[in-house]
Amino acid sequence: MGLRFGLIVNPVAGLGGRVGLKGSDGEALQERARQLGAQPEAHVRAGQVLRELAPHAARFELLTYPSEMGERPARDAGLIPTVIGAIRDGHTTGRDTQRAAAELRDSGVDLLLFAGGDGTARDVCDAVGTTVPCLGIPAGVKIHSAVYAISTRRCAEAAMRVLDGRVRSYREAEVMDIDEDAVRAGRVSAALYGYLKVPNESGLVQSLKSGGQTGEEAALASIARAVVEQMTDDRLYIVGPGTTPRAVMTALGLPKTLLGVDVVRNRELVASDVSERQLLDLLGREGAPGAQIVVTVIGGQGYVFGRGNQQLSPAVIRAVGTDHITVIAARTKLAALEGRPLLVDTGDQQLDRELAGYARVIIAKGESMMVKLAP
Amino acid sequence: MAKPVYPYIPNSEPAQKQRLLDGIGIDSVEDIYAEIPDHLRFKGRMNLPEPLLSEYAMKRHVLQILAKNRNCRDNLNFLGGGTWQHHVPSVCDTIIGRDEFLSAYVGDAYSDHGKFQALFEYASMMGELVGMDVVATPTYDWANAAAFCARMASRKNGRAEVVMASTTSPSRLMVIENYLKPRISLVQVAHDPETGALDLEDLRSKVSDATAAVYFENPSFLGFIEMQGAAIAEIAHAAGAELIVGVDPSSLGVLSAPASYGADYVCGDVQPFGIHMQWGAGLSGFMATRDEPDYVAEYPNLLFGITTTTKEGEYGFGEVFYERTSYATREEGKDFVGTTTALYGIIAGVYLALMGPQGMRELGEGIMQRAAYAIDVLDDIPGVQTPRFKSPVFKEFVVNFDGTNRSVRDINKALLDHGVFGGHDLSRDFPELGQSALYCVTEVHTQADIDALATALRAVTA
Amino acid sequence: MATVKVRRNFQQARWDEPIIYDMSVPGVRGILPPPVERAVVDRVGDVVGELGSMLRRELPNLPEVSQKHVLMHWIHLSQETMGANLTNDISEGTCTMKYNPRVNEDLVGEPDFADLHPHQDDDTVQGILQIYHAFEQMLKEVSGMDRFTLQPSGGNHAVFTAASIARAYHAARGEGDQRDETITTIFSHPCDAAAPATAGYKIITLPPDENGIPDLDALRAAVSNRTAAIFMTNPEDVGIFNPRVDEFVRIVHEAGGLAFYDQANANAFLGVARAKESGFDMCHFNVHKTFSTPHASGGPATGAFGCIEALAKYLPTPTVEFDGTRYFLDHDRPETIGKVKDFYGNANNVLRAYAWTMMLGADGLREVADISVLNNNYLEKKLLTVPGLTSAYQGNGIRRQEQVRYSWQTLKDDTGIGTDEVNRRLIDFGIASYWTSHHPWIIPEPMTLEPCETYSVEDLDEYYEALSQVSEESYRDPDFVKEAPYASSSHRRNDEAALDDPKRWAMTWRAYKRKQEV
Repeated sequence: MGLRFGLIVNPVAGLGGRVGLKGSDGEALQERARQLGAQPEAHVRAGQVLRELAPHAARFELLTYPSEMGERPARDAGLIPTVIGAIRDGHTTGRDTQRAAAELRDSGVDLLLFAGGDGTARDVCDAVGTTVPCLGIPAGVKIHSAVYAISTRRCAEAAMRVLDGRVRSYREAEVMDIDEDAVRAGRVSAALYGYLKVPNESGLVQSLKSGGQTGEEAALASIARAVVEQMTDDRLYIVGPGTTPRAVMTALGLPKTLLGVDVVRNRELVASDVSERQLLDLLGREGAPGAQIVVTVIGGQGYVFGRGNQQLSPAVIRAVGTDHITVIAARTKLAALEGRPLLVDTGDQQLDRELAGYARVIIAKGESMMVKLAP
Repeated sequence: MAKPVYPYIPNSEPAQKQRLLDGIGIDSVEDIYAEIPDHLRFKGRMNLPEPLLSEYAMKRHVLQILAKNRNCRDNLNFLGGGTWQHHVPSVCDTIIGRDEFLSAYVGDAYSDHGKFQALFEYASMMGELVGMDVVATPTYDWANAAAFCARMASRKNGRAEVVMASTTSPSRLMVIENYLKPRISLVQVAHDPETGALDLEDLRSKVSDATAAVYFENPSFLGFIEMQGAAIAEIAHAAGAELIVGVDPSSLGVLSAPASYGADYVCGDVQPFGIHMQWGAGLSGFMATRDEPDYVAEYPNLLFGITTTTKEGEYGFGEVFYERTSYATREEGKDFVGTTTALYGIIAGVYLALMGPQGMRELGEGIMQRAAYAIDVLDDIPGVQTPRFKSPVFKEFVVNFDGTNRSVRDINKALLDHGVFGGHDLSRDFPELGQSALYCVTEVHTQADIDALATALRAVTA
Repeated sequence: MATVKVRRNFQQARWDEPIIYDMSVPGVRGILPPPVERAVVDRVGDVVGELGSMLRRELPNLPEVSQKHVLMHWIHLSQETMGANLTNDISEGTCTMKYNPRVNEDLVGEPDFADLHPHQDDDTVQGILQIYHAFEQMLKEVSGMDRFTLQPSGGNHAVFTAASIARAYHAARGEGDQRDETITTIFSHPCDAAAPATAGYKIITLPPDENGIPDLDALRAAVSNRTAAIFMTNPEDVGIFNPRVDEFVRIVHEAGGLAFYDQANANAFLGVARAKESGFDMCHFNVHKTFSTPHASGGPATGAFGCIEALAKYLPTPTVEFDGTRYFLDHDRPETIGKVKDFYGNANNVLRAYAWTMMLGADGLREVADISVLNNNYLEKKLLTVPGLTSAYQGNGIRRQEQVRYSWQTLKDDTGIGTDEVNRRLIDFGIASYWTSHHPWIIPEPMTLEPCETYSVEDLDEYYEALSQVSEESYRDPDFVKEAPYASSSHRRNDEAALDDPKRWAMTWRAYKRKQEV
């Protein structure tokens, strides 16, 4: 017996999608979805992944929670899982997901697979953070979190790579907390929630023509050095959330609010985890040298503004000036967009149009890429 | 005349070409070129020499041109200075001509297992010779290798100055200078005019906390052996700088491995190892370091490592440190890699396996004896003084002709009539040496060859 | 018509070859260096003793193997390598894997070439100087440029030469510090970014538009008074000719920058389209691609670099000149960038390329171009019928030129078999690993094929048949494909992570032995 895979299925994830509801959070909504005849999407999606893994069952142990939280889909796929924990069938909540994630982690799984949507990812994130490699099986209605594989096929693929000892590195991927309806209604409800550790997809195939790849960590450090080198005296630097901006703060020797916005001047911390109000106050007091926003692409959809960094509101962006925005992102992150443009959704359509065009994204020290930015 | 069917182009046969057109469903290749706007098209027929379609005619034509050359087989050659005439074992010529190696390229170890193993073995034997555990795939030449070592050192310690012996090969220096621009500057260290050795006082005064690396060549371009390796290493290391030593590896059967006197990087050229001179086309640089992640991370070259496969007991090969980690700052001031001189690396491996430890010792010792003999007999010639530097020499040495009142240029022209290629003229690059030439003697030279040189020199300087 | 043979029973040589050190027996000799005459030894005394502390005390730990066993070992290793001269090497797209004519190997082995020393007097090397000069004239005609240097010894090296010349050009105009950026495109070779970066430039990369052609608006947004040059390929590695290439050049020129044409993919344009007509200031040819010289397992190669007259003064020194009666090396070049390689570049490749071009002439070179684009379009049409295979920007209505970047993403979605697995399985048919793409993959699960003029209709059909079988197998029995190769010289590596682990990686035998003991 080789590796241990953990499995969590959020039985209600994706329940709302097929019957036209916007999400599946909350028991009342789930009940209504069931009444409308919704099928548990997560069960189906998890099954697709598990069936790919089933022929290799002799090489791994599958640990999971009882019944609809993993055991049933596993057995349906022809696997015989080791079942831990206890649930109330038909009445599971986010707490069960959290408990399962923590217990599976403590059981020593090498990779934790979970089927669900953004809410499921948040529960897993609450429980285990970046302490164990994870990978999401996409089953939610609309997924913003970058911890999910693009398809069940690719999820199975990644799991197989872990099984074959072919994964060379892991990276931190975003978990998002977004209520699309609230965003549409202009309410601040699109936060960056946290990070999970996921297998890196790149660098698996050796390329004798182009030489080695730069690892994620080295790439971020290089981007950070590029940003720091360009910093000028007395200017206010507003550093957005995320691991890439965190690398900038690390390069400065400063602490970073991973999920929030920090402000730096002359390489010193001015304020941590600021709100829109605080930013506007700071900017109102600014003199000639002005300010610069440093942001990265957040989540799997390619948003630069409007998801996960609501503090950087239209008023803040206007006060700084649209030509004083530095976008930073690792090359692999841009490649993962597969040609789609970067997005802005500040809630101010006029501003979105002004921001549209080409962003010169810093991808390493001395290297940038022109990327289309669309409202 | 009908359009020829070209032997290198099977589908130039009209019926085959028609099959292509039919398969695509077009009438003419112009349907494909239609994607190129008319104003970007080349109009007319290229003005090139009329072709010699048959292999025989072409070969005869080329051989007639080459016959205008005078070669080092029919003449007595004493030129060195970056390319050297050594015996090329027949086995080396056989392997370099194998179509498998000759026409392979970037296939992975599954199609090109043998290529990987051959390059791993090259690295293994070079590593033994220089005393290092890591040897990268070859570079274009020694100059390229030295420049990459300097850039690696600079990235590793974040410093931007390279201190270099003033006896460094001038043409190599031109290459290195171009590679180091604009970020890294070069500082030259004086040498002792008597011995040629690095002036340690001057070195101390020039090495500082800005020094990324100290570089010297051993044997030096001017042939003498730098005896103060350990002292130079100590000065460099005391300032936190790296030591790069460039070597002619044919000396390493008798000379200490650079790692043993403190080199952090060793570079040089493997042309002496079974590769014909080819008017300078035989160059192939090598680079070696210790096996520590902060050194390994900075290599721009491919690094081939040995590993296991799904088959028990089988050796497999793959690229090491493919995904460079945070050790690496290659993104900054990074280098380009590409097609360099892998085939020559393979051949250098063949050569070293043929020679073995004893062969390398005999080669080195025999060359030193011949060189000493040549110095002895040439110095007897009136007006000729050698060695110019009072240090041991390996295979090259400076001969001064000031006492003959003739220029090296004149002497070398006159030597041509005796079927002798005299030493490389140093008067342009090292004016302080007066009318001096760099002579090179290797295992290909017999006592009679050296005596013939002396006789010819006596005649032309008389 | 010849039979289309798919080599289903292929087996690569598998010698289970030991490492050369495993073959070593103390005292055995492979070759004896010529002995030194007694009289010489007597006269010079103990020269080695003069070395003092610099004398090597212990002999180097080299293997001790007889000559026959050395020969045997490396012949075995060669047989475990798939060269283009012995396989259907349509595989290595962007590399133009041509036949490397045998006669050219005879020429470079001639003593009148092989045994020339680079410091010989110009009067004794008139032959090779004439070949250099003549080949330069040929390249000038093929490109429309005014001067060439043959010193760069690879494509990347030529691009580095271009970057060095751009640096010298702007420095001479007093804009050296200000113009610190170069621009390239995402489907250009990575050296178009890496080589200028080595020369100290900051790099801006342009994305493709929806048709796979570099985005002109992105270029407009990128140029400024900091632009030193653009480095671009055309067609790029996806095989699509950029019809607005002159517009790109014009925009960069208007910004005060230079334009360099990376002609790595020049094979389809011999006598068809040139750097000059597109307005470029500089270009290069990979002589080991377009002009048939061997790839040599990764060199020695040649990157011929050409430029317009205004930039010629910056060329590496020396240049080869002809005064009407005599050829000579011109070292007197005050504004030169210096040297990019010791001596004059890979003269062996210059000789080979001259010979190859002489056998083809203007019509033959044009035939090379015509057949390579016909071969490519013929193969593309067949391959796009293979289940699971698509091409980059398929259906955009633009005909590909000399190569196509394909994608196995559909196959991967359908079966779990991606390009990596297909590539390994293809080896079982005696076909060399194909080129996927540079990283990161913009086109998912890529495969880039270039069926240049060397390949016959039967070769193209064989390639199609082999890929069809792999596709069919993937749908029928993906696990079988995943375990490939079966007929290769070695099996699949089973521990990739060891190659990234400082405690376990081993780049030399001595390191391997040391780490084995721990």
